[in-house]
Amino acid sequence: MSYDRAITVFSPDGHLLQVEYSMEAVRRGSTVVGIQGKDCVVLAVEKRATAKLQDDRTIRKIFSIDDSTVLAFAGLTADARVLIDRVRVEAQSYRLIMEDAPSAEYLARFVAEIQQKYTQRGGVRPFGIATLLTGLDPPNQRPVLYQTDPAGTHSRWKAQVIGGNNAKSLREFLEKQYTADLDEAAAVKLAVQALMEVVDSGAKTMEVCVVRTGGKREMLSESVVQSTVQVLEQEQQAAQQQQQPVE
Amino acid sequence: MDTVIGVQYKDGVIIAADQANARSILIYQSNLDKIKQLTSHSAMGVSGPNCDLVQFTEYISKNLQLYELRHEGTKLSTKAQANFCRNELAVALRKGPYQVSALLGGFDLTTQKPSLYYLDYMGTLQKVPFGAQGYAQYFTLSTMDREYRENLDETAALDIIGKAIHELQSRFLIKQNNFIIKVIDQDGVRVHSQGADPADT
Repeated sequence: MSYDRAITVFSPDGHLLQVEYSMEAVRRGSTVVGIQGKDCVVLAVEKRATAKLQDDRTIRKIFSIDDSTVLAFAGLTADARVLIDRVRVEAQSYRLIMEDAPSAEYLARFVAEIQQKYTQRGGVRPFGIATLLTGLDPPNQRPVLYQTDPAGTHSRWKAQVIGGNNAKSLREFLEKQYTADLDEAAAVKLAVQALMEVVDSGAKTMEVCVVRTGGKREMLSESVVQSTVQVLEQEQQAAQQQQQPVE
Repeated sequence: MDTVIGVQYKDGVIIAADQANARSILIYQSNLDKIKQLTSHSAMGVSGPNCDLVQFTEYISKNLQLYELRHEGTKLSTKAQANFCRNELAVALRKGPYQVSALLGGFDLTTQKPSLYYLDYMGTLQKVPFGAQGYAQYFTLSTMDREYRENLDETAALDIIGKAIHELQSRFLIKQNNFIIKVIDQDGVRVHSQGADPADT
């Protein structure tokens, strides 16, 4: 129990407890789903209910890092703001020096390296966030999906969930449902379907962002999300009704 | 040696610059674009040694880009951009100066107004209706002063630029064949015309 005071020490069984605790902080954050489609990546975030007097337009979970790079996080909002600012500066610095856009992998690696650094320095605690970062892959400008975690690892995913208590079961759901080469509509539908497992139904509880080949990105309007939700609800009802008559 | 000319009109700003990249008796290229686009609706025509032109303009444009990304898409006004440039020039002046003189033109979407700013390498900043940098000042300011009036339209402003360029080509010792002219208005920054390098044709 005393191995969680200073971050620099391992516990006798080889655990970095502070890192594991920060992953708990991620679990307490709101859910983010990322899906890689054929020519797009979809990021869908859970919008938790805000206080009545709060202006919810100022609560943002999906951030632009660069012209074609978008990041969503789960965990401590304040920690996210610091990391996002660092990676924004790095993206511009890369553009200034290389006269070229940084790839998604470069930026994901940059975020992960900072997160790792904070697990190996005295007097600091790790960042309590995991990120899903989507950006373009240099050769063909197709969007790709990367994840980083408080331990400082980064990896590429076809579909991934971070944050929320149900991340594990959602990941299993995605493993069953995911197919390669989804078109944009199918990818959005799958992302919304995954989120619907954890949030109250309705477009007001979700925010969906699509990044397309070539770098164009779009925050889907509430009406588009709502119609996807409605289609999924109808399909669910139809599936339930089909099961019932067999008695 | 470099020429940069700018004229503000009712709905925008026009900036023109010569396209020569030369040192001593050698012309390296005749198709250099010395009007760097900073944001979607602003551009800066610059004069000075090539290294400083490139370093300064790229540094400014990337920092302006970073500002927009950091502040969720809020665009800086042209006045703010010009003051940022001036501050960078002033701070660098006593450390490692940028020998860059510029004309910064922009169109503010929020106020729907264009503006033009004169900056020089010592940290001067002045909002002007028209201006010039380099030797061109001696040749063109009088013509522009006579022709300029409030609420010009784009054609009239281009005509003034044309007259200024004509004056240079008649009376300026250094032959500047190619000029690049850019227009900044509500729709952003676009190239109106430019010359080609003889080696390319």
